[in-house]
Amino acid sequence: MQLHQSYKMELDVEKIRKDFPILARLLNKKQLIYFDSAATSQCPRIVIDSIKGFYEKHNANIHRGIHKLAEESTLMYEEAHQKVADFINADFEEIIFTKNTTEALNLLAYSLLNDLKENDEIILSQMEHHSNIVPWQQLAKLKKVKINYVKVTEEGKLNLIHLKSLINEKTRIVSITHVSNLLGTINPVKEISEIAHEKNIIFIVDAAQSIPHMKVDVKDIDADFLVFSGHKMCAPTGIGVLYGKKVLLEKISPFLYGGDMIKEVTFENTRFNDLPWKFEAGTPPIAEGIALGVAVDYLNSIGMENIEEYEDKLTQYLYKKLKEQKDVKIYGPEKRSSLVSFNLYEIHPHDVATILDSEGIAIRAGHMCAMPLVKEVLNESAVCRISLYFYNTKEEIDKFILALDKVRKVFGK
Amino acid sequence: MTQNQIIDRDYAGEGIYRENIIDHYKSPRNFGILENSDAEYMEFNPLCGDEATMQIKIKDNLIKDIKFKGKGCAISMASCSILTEKIKGKSLNEVKKLEKEQVYEMLSIPISPQRVKCALLSWETLRRLIKIYENKNG
Ligand SMILES: Cc1ncc(COP(=O)(O)O)c(C=O)c1O
Repeated sequence: MQLHQSYKMELDVEKIRKDFPILARLLNKKQLIYFDSAATSQCPRIVIDSIKGFYEKHNANIHRGIHKLAEESTLMYEEAHQKVADFINADFEEIIFTKNTTEALNLLAYSLLNDLKENDEIILSQMEHHSNIVPWQQLAKLKKVKINYVKVTEEGKLNLIHLKSLINEKTRIVSITHVSNLLGTINPVKEISEIAHEKNIIFIVDAAQSIPHMKVDVKDIDADFLVFSGHKMCAPTGIGVLYGKKVLLEKISPFLYGGDMIKEVTFENTRFNDLPWKFEAGTPPIAEGIALGVAVDYLNSIGMENIEEYEDKLTQYLYKKLKEQKDVKIYGPEKRSSLVSFNLYEIHPHDVATILDSEGIAIRAGHMCAMPLVKEVLNESAVCRISLYFYNTKEEIDKFILALDKVRKVFGK
Repeated sequence: MTQNQIIDRDYAGEGIYRENIIDHYKSPRNFGILENSDAEYMEFNPLCGDEATMQIKIKDNLIKDIKFKGKGCAISMASCSILTEKIKGKSLNEVKKLEKEQVYEMLSIPISPQRVKCALLSWETLRRLIKIYENKNG
């Protein structure tokens, strides 16, 4: 029992779990075990209440009204930017709210590729999510810009030697994920940042899978741009973040044009608004933005270091348990963030996920929006993925491991 | 669908893995490659990465032979096996009239919305395959 106690550590997970109403839900008459937080995390009650509270008490458009409600909503929405800025050690002007990571990456692809010339090069990696491939790929075709992909090693890490070999005088952008949503690999973004900056190359970090689980400091990484989604960090869907260094955001052109992002408009011309509003055209998802600020408060109240420490133990436990299964193949390195992708020998991930679902266990099965990685690097057609968050427990992992027997039984293994 | 319906709906869950499905999955009928086929088509389900290739041989408007090869979950592969078994020897006209619902009937398991694409991979492949055949021989 001692193991169990030391395992519990400082985080009072039982108490934390009560903050998340959905965790009390039954799934197929079984207690829900939610193992899909890398796709979308659950919202604590204070985040849900903040949305309700906004619409019941403060709802008004921002930056437009003189009335009291407009003043309140504007203040709340701006305050949320400040909270996010503090969360990642940035300044207020450097935080742009977007719809999600995907929109932030599209914004960057449009705005940055605009300045590139034919035969310029950009560097991505083989472990990118589709959202950090497709926008670059499609625009690069138009601009005749070349994309190079950093290889993934056998172990599932980025091959930094290969990265260095790809850099030349034509390289303009390096855009890499901080944590792989499939392999769980934590990439050495600080080191990559130094490699890129030595040659004056713009460095973009996709932090969608790191921000929810660890302390991320944009100044420490020295990222030029960094993007993430609210819905993977206890906030609702519909809100994401683009961080950019002020000097760069001032230089690049907006992606969306319209109201709110202007200072002065004549019929012939427009002067753009100050940062960050220059990049936030039109009425934004106000309640969701405010709720993101509340989610940040919530995460801070638990402490990112505590979350990271707890999840690390939990992930190691899951990894060890899965490793003990003789018919399980795990993808990615041992040292990893809070997720494990695997295959149960010869049983298709969809079938594994369906049978686990009947046991109340929600996992992801498929290519995880990283099709080239799954098909061309891992040589699989699909994988199963368990992704953990600080509201998950060791007991849930034990139940999951037991449920694997049920999967085997159905398939007569 | 209202929220309550979603919550109350009885999930098919593991109930879809009936003996018949597992049997077809483990020992698929008509699995393999057809020499000298009259048409061939490969269908791909980008959602889950499942794929199926079907080949047919047709004589006097009858499906003389059909074979499939593929990679996928138990539902999609069993569905290919069951469907090819059912249509072998049938006339082209009959097969063209085959509706989705009939495929569900053949499988005789409850198909949840997330598994529709798996269950119908065989049917989609067959439909396109017949179009290809008709274009070639029309
Ligand atoms: C590493 C990574 N990048 C980008 C995304 C895209 O996030 P969103 O769908 O919120 O735009 C995801 C989420 O699935 C992800 O895991």
